[in-house]
Amino acid sequence: MCTYLTEKIAVEGSGKGATGWFSGTEAIVYVDHAVHAPFTHTVNIDLLNPSLGPAARVALELTEESALALADAIRAAVASAPAGIASRDQ
Amino acid sequence: MTTAVPSDALRAETVTITGHGGDEIEAYLARPLAPGSRGSVVVIHHMPGYDRETKEFVRRFAAAGYAALCPNLYHREAPGADPDDAAAAARAAGGVPDERLVGDVDGAASYLNGLDGANGRIGVIGHCSGGRHTFLAACSLEVHAAVDCYGAFIVEDPPEGLPKVMQPILHLAPQLSCPLLGLFGADDRYPAPEAVKLLDEELTRLGKPHEFHSYEGAGHSFFSPDRPAYRPEAAVDGWVKILAFFGEHLAG
Repeated sequence: MCTYLTEKIAVEGSGKGATGWFSGTEAIVYVDHAVHAPFTHTVNIDLLNPSLGPAARVALELTEESALALADAIRAAVASAPAGIASRDQ
Repeated sequence: MTTAVPSDALRAETVTITGHGGDEIEAYLARPLAPGSRGSVVVIHHMPGYDRETKEFVRRFAAAGYAALCPNLYHREAPGADPDDAAAAARAAGGVPDERLVGDVDGAASYLNGLDGANGRIGVIGHCSGGRHTFLAACSLEVHAAVDCYGAFIVEDPPEGLPKVMQPILHLAPQLSCPLLGLFGADDRYPAPEAVKLLDEELTRLGKPHEFHSYEGAGHSFFSPDRPAYRPEAAVDGWVKILAFFGEHLAG
């Protein structure tokens, strides 16, 4: 199905998309049809900068298991580094 | 000496149409080149966008003898973008409002009716979110045939968090302007068989002509030939039913 459900957050950082590196300003996460991954539905994650146009996008299509493992890995990586070292106020 | 245009010759191209609010938007047009009176089909793309698969649908209708047109519902948010990038941009911007969808389909129908050979009869078809949009358009505009391929959220309460623009639209059923063909997968969860049954019952109660088919062993997106959800038996039979339905209601 097309879920329409979208988690949207503001972010700070950069991503590398089809046109090279850009500053990302928002990320959206949603479960919906995959464009490329060989599954009907995937967890889709987009890093975007709307001010630079639709091509300023880093896209992921992951299975539930992969997406949750990625989320855990992000938390583990941050937890294992000195607190605040990658913070906006580092 | 003149050479007759082959009966199977087609032309397919990007055009500009006037959509909702007078906006100029991109659309993909395919039509037979041979002269003659023909019906028209508005193809409403699914949420992943104005993509290659949808354009193949458009050309298939042209090969079947119709002028077919798919408006790019995301043109305003992402002109010229790749379809998947455009879909992400439109999603991030909140999606397509129902009112705008209706205006864009109306604009597509007007464009088609202005083409040489148009017989004034308009069909509408969409898959997935386009199925819901098809029902919405057929309840909002005067058209002659509509095909809803597994459109969800016509009947059922949306999951928590669904944007307000995507609320159920069953209450529009009394305004359904044309016969409706519904093609569904029995294993689909959105729409689930219970929701399909409720829509079927409501249209029967209202005396609205409709024909529903639910395919066993098929789930959502069974028409998508390059996706794992593809079910050839259901898709092949579905195409036969679609073309027979449009043949009955759009001919002339």
